[in-house]
Amino acid sequence: MVPLSHYLALSVILFVLGAAGFIFRRNIITIFMCIELMLNAVNLAFIAFSRSLGNLDGQIFVFFVIVVAAAEAAVGLAVIIALHRNRESLNIEDVDSMKM
Amino acid sequence: MNLEILLLLMVLPPLAGAALNGLFGRRFSRATVSFIGCGGAGLSMVFALLSAWIYSTSASQPAPFTHSYFTWIQAGELHANYALYYDRLTLIMTLTVTVVAFLIHLYSRGYMEHEGGYYRFFTYLNLFLFMMLTLVTASNYPLMFVGWEGVGLCSYLLIGFYFRKKSASDAGKKAFIVTRIGDAGFTVGVALLFWTFHSLDFQTVFKSVAALRQGEFESVLTAVGLLLFLGAAGKSAQLPLYVWLPDAMEGPTPVSALIHAATMVTAGVYLVARSSIIFAHAPSALIVVGVVGCLTAVFAATIALTQNDLKRMLAYSTISQLGYMFLACGAGVFAAGIFHLMTHAFFKSLLFLAAGSVMHAMGGELDMRKMGGLRHKLKITHATFFIATLAISGVPMLSGFFSKDEILAGAYEGPLGKPLLFWLGTFTAALTAFYMFRGLYMTFYGESRVELETEHHLHESSYKMTIPLMVLAFFSVVAGWVSWPKAWHGSEAFDRYLDPVFTPATEALRNVSPEHIGGLSPGALMGFSILAALIGIGVASWWYLKSTDIPEQLAERYADLYRILTHKYYVDEFYNWLIVRPLRVVSEKFLWHVVDQGAIDNVLVNGTGSGTAWVGGVLRRIQSGNVPSYATWVLLGAVLWLLYIFASHG
Repeated sequence: MVPLSHYLALSVILFVLGAAGFIFRRNIITIFMCIELMLNAVNLAFIAFSRSLGNLDGQIFVFFVIVVAAAEAAVGLAVIIALHRNRESLNIEDVDSMKM
Repeated sequence: MNLEILLLLMVLPPLAGAALNGLFGRRFSRATVSFIGCGGAGLSMVFALLSAWIYSTSASQPAPFTHSYFTWIQAGELHANYALYYDRLTLIMTLTVTVVAFLIHLYSRGYMEHEGGYYRFFTYLNLFLFMMLTLVTASNYPLMFVGWEGVGLCSYLLIGFYFRKKSASDAGKKAFIVTRIGDAGFTVGVALLFWTFHSLDFQTVFKSVAALRQGEFESVLTAVGLLLFLGAAGKSAQLPLYVWLPDAMEGPTPVSALIHAATMVTAGVYLVARSSIIFAHAPSALIVVGVVGCLTAVFAATIALTQNDLKRMLAYSTISQLGYMFLACGAGVFAAGIFHLMTHAFFKSLLFLAAGSVMHAMGGELDMRKMGGLRHKLKITHATFFIATLAISGVPMLSGFFSKDEILAGAYEGPLGKPLLFWLGTFTAALTAFYMFRGLYMTFYGESRVELETEHHLHESSYKMTIPLMVLAFFSVVAGWVSWPKAWHGSEAFDRYLDPVFTPATEALRNVSPEHIGGLSPGALMGFSILAALIGIGVASWWYLKSTDIPEQLAERYADLYRILTHKYYVDEFYNWLIVRPLRVVSEKFLWHVVDQGAIDNVLVNGTGSGTAWVGGVLRRIQSGNVPSYATWVLLGAVLWLLYIFASHG
């Protein structure tokens, strides 16, 4: 059986990749996918713990996260499409009109 | 009918009139407004007469009648009900007030005919009457204070009636603020009374005071007496708080007649007379009352000598006459003070109303130097003014003579009378006769000095104004006959009538200072007062009818004295320098520039704003608008949070 630490290591790697991509990438779609990546890294950690501790709470949490992620994808993609229509660009640095 | 219902019916009609006119008067026609206003006052007078009759024929009199209508204040030991008090003193006050007020309401119909704010005027006038009746019928000090402040409010509103004129609104404020100083004394005095006797009801307090041995609680009662007198001095324009009354002449003339001559300003005398038993147990306070009254009488009379403004001259004369009333109270002859209060109400309101009639004819002119010879054109006004002048000067057989004579006799032989008070009072009587006849001659006699254009419009006022004048003239003649003097083998019936009210006080005073023996006889005293009046009239006739150049020569020869008198002893200037200017400077330099602009505006208000702006200026650097940098912050925050959790759980 694969030990818990392997799962957690994978989860950390995925999360750090997601976080790094979220900060350093400029394409909004990529950033969006990075967020999904982080969510799934967390999901993996939840599942691993649930399995290892024999407690179903973690799995239930994962369902919640998936639902939220689905809703977020729907809204987020709609926002990105609206943004693209207005700005003709998907570069995150073009979206700074809140700056004073 | 029951007295308790009659009393309510006497007090309430003016309130109803004020409410109707005040709420809907703007939409009423002038006829309706004056009908409601005069109707309120008239009903009140009718019920005042009825209550006087019922009370006089009831079995219980002369004991005071009281009736409590409802509980007004109940807080711990303090009980104050809406309760009315009716005895012989109240009877005289209500009759005087309602009769004069009704006549002045009638007069106002004519006087205010061409003025704006007609309904406003009648609203205030009715409200004033209601408050005045509350004042004189109240059966405890708090309720009396309601009336006291109410008449002050109406006085303020009516002085500032022509509020577009700055001098009028300033005069209103001055009256309100100066009387406020006195009111503070009233309030503290009443609180002290409550602290000592645990009640503010007249009957309870007076009984407890009357039961005291002479000298018991004397220091507290002296303080109470002095504080109450401070209130009375504010309201009744005595030294040193008299300065508001001459300025109060900015109001319409009927107001000067009703409020600032006949009724409201006598409230202080009423307060002292009502609390006579308290003063009787504090003789030193009573001496202060008498001395201040006497000084005010002389002081105001000397100022009146040189005034050229008709109404101002009358105002100083009012102050002087009020001084007489306090002199009477201070000498321990309260009944004489009330007697003079009554006769003065008639002849002084008549003088003011006649002056108003002159003013009406002259198109608002009040300077007597621009009058003269008016007696041919204003026959009724002249006749009534003449009668009132005779009355106030103390010419025998007219009302003022009897009351003034009683006061002067009392000043000499009353329980606390002193010869010096008598001589000063007699001197004032001569001055009074002089300046009143001077006014009469300057206005109605001699060559006409009226400007041509005004001369053209000169006319006698309508019957609406002259009828009240004639009725008041009638009272000015006969009102004194109710008290035939002792010197003429009379019984002084008016004083005997008031004896049940004042006997406890006069007896207590007799214990302090036993009867004076010797000195001048009542006949001699009366002789001096008649002589004083005749000298005053004679000199005035000589200077202002025959050799009219004498006054100018005198004014030139005694230029310094003349200047002091025409500037009213520079009292207004002195108060300005002592109180108003320092207050202004402190308010402007410290309270305005330092506290308001510096501390509040700059430090607190602008400080909050600029402080927030500064913090915001620092924090806004975080808001770069760059999403990745936000993400970095979020991440950083999450990491810090996690570190904190790990650290705190070891």
